[in-house]
Amino acid sequence: MRNILSDKVQNIKPSGIRKFFDIVSEMKDAISLGVGEPDFETPWHIRDEGIFALEKGKTFYTSNAGLKELRIEISNYLKRVQNLDYDPMKEVLVTVGGSEAIDIGLRAMINPGDEVIIPQPSYVSYEPCAYLAGAKPVLLNLKAENNFRLTPKELEDAITNKTKVLILPYPNNPTGAIMEQDDLEKIAEIIIKKDIFVMSDEIYSALTYKGKHVSIANISGMKERTLLINGFSKAYAMTGWRLGYACAPKELISQMTKIHQFAIMCAPTTSQYAAIDALKNGDEDVEKMRMAYNQRRRFLMNAFKEMNLDCFEPYGAFYVFPCIKEFGMTSEEFATKFLEEEKVAVVPGTAFGVSGEGYLRISYAYSIENLKIAINRLKHFIQNLRFNA
Amino acid sequence: MREELLAIIEKNSRIDLQELAVLLGVQEVDVVNELSKLEAEGVICGYHTLIDWEKTSIEKVTALIEVKVTPQRGQGFDKIAERIYNYPEVKSVYLISGGYDLLVTLEEKTLKEISRFVSDKLSTLDSVLSTATHFILKKYKDHGTIIDKKHEDIREVITP
Repeated sequence: MRNILSDKVQNIKPSGIRKFFDIVSEMKDAISLGVGEPDFETPWHIRDEGIFALEKGKTFYTSNAGLKELRIEISNYLKRVQNLDYDPMKEVLVTVGGSEAIDIGLRAMINPGDEVIIPQPSYVSYEPCAYLAGAKPVLLNLKAENNFRLTPKELEDAITNKTKVLILPYPNNPTGAIMEQDDLEKIAEIIIKKDIFVMSDEIYSALTYKGKHVSIANISGMKERTLLINGFSKAYAMTGWRLGYACAPKELISQMTKIHQFAIMCAPTTSQYAAIDALKNGDEDVEKMRMAYNQRRRFLMNAFKEMNLDCFEPYGAFYVFPCIKEFGMTSEEFATKFLEEEKVAVVPGTAFGVSGEGYLRISYAYSIENLKIAINRLKHFIQNLRFNA
Repeated sequence: MREELLAIIEKNSRIDLQELAVLLGVQEVDVVNELSKLEAEGVICGYHTLIDWEKTSIEKVTALIEVKVTPQRGQGFDKIAERIYNYPEVKSVYLISGGYDLLVTLEEKTLKEISRFVSDKLSTLDSVLSTATHFILKKYKDHGTIIDKKHEDIREVITP
């Protein structure tokens, strides 16, 4: 029999996080700091709108691009919160999570052999999605000394005459790094000079702890070069609703809509109705959750300081990315030993790219009580390592 | 910091000062100062504990009593409210808009004691026109806390 599988698919490595969590789920009393989704339930009024939509029999497809009212609310939200202007009828597409937008966005932009620059450590989907779209992924290793921000020099060095797209993943998973206005201005200059495009994954935009998030699309001359991706999962704790959106120049949105309509038809209807309410009435909920995350972030940073564990201060998302190089182990060795001895799961930095070596991703999408237990175990673990060194 | 501090201690008044300072990203001395200000200004009126008495062997009956009163000249409802809130068994007194005037929460050991309080003390007050007593059968949620809710992490393993 011939091989049922495509060579291309078989070439993709499975995600590094997976392997780890399979072990965790087997361990009974293990606690996890590994999960990359909010611990909050979706605010009740949003859930209630979803229920209401079902009760009213709103169980049909929506238009391919998404409910008109939702696209209008997305456009209003981006104007209100980020001062961005997008035409809800032509420049907004509602997708199945930000992840669908990443996939179809790359497929709509890439010609075979085009290079896509992927700064790492970052979310694990970019590379396989770029590869499946026919691009050559070019990995750019971000540095701790720059607080994992992308510098103009690094970008310029990575660009070749085949470069088409830069993926800009800020606020960043797994490092928690952000890019501020002046950082963005500097790289925008190069993007424009080199005539490339940006896929800006801003799924964590609502969760920043040092001023308001600025989008690369806010920088002059950049909106027409930017595919902005955002969604409801992180800001409104709506991961299971599978809802995101893409905003871009209308030529790109219309081609993305073509792929979306053939592959997906439309994003889930119930979720779309709930999301309208999230955008209209959810600002306060987002602020409450942001405040809670920020307290946990401060708690962890303080705990690291007390145990003398090197960690740059992250200002976004809900992750901290401490450095464990002093212990002379790889991230994976450290994480495995920590899990075995103290029964706490964290994700080795290398799951997010080779430049994550020497780091751990610790998620604070957990209650303070939970974090306290985990931190005590980390303290104990580190003390032993240092004592035996 | 004030708003965030209040939000934290409203849920957990037992949190220690050092931890509070860490969560707020300020110095411990700032927390101490802000707390004493809040207490002096009467913003913080007390530090209470939310107890589910059902789970103890102590008998307690709680009633909500709607009270209609005649406001008194020059003093409105304040005077009659004071007459009522001075009873230690009265846990709260609110002035309410709508069909009646005062909402009184009363806590006693037995139903009998509650009815005695209403008939002997409350109804006999001069300005009280009428009362309607509602006994609380079960508390589902109190002070923003859902009673009996177990927190369980149901997030499944997912990649990425």
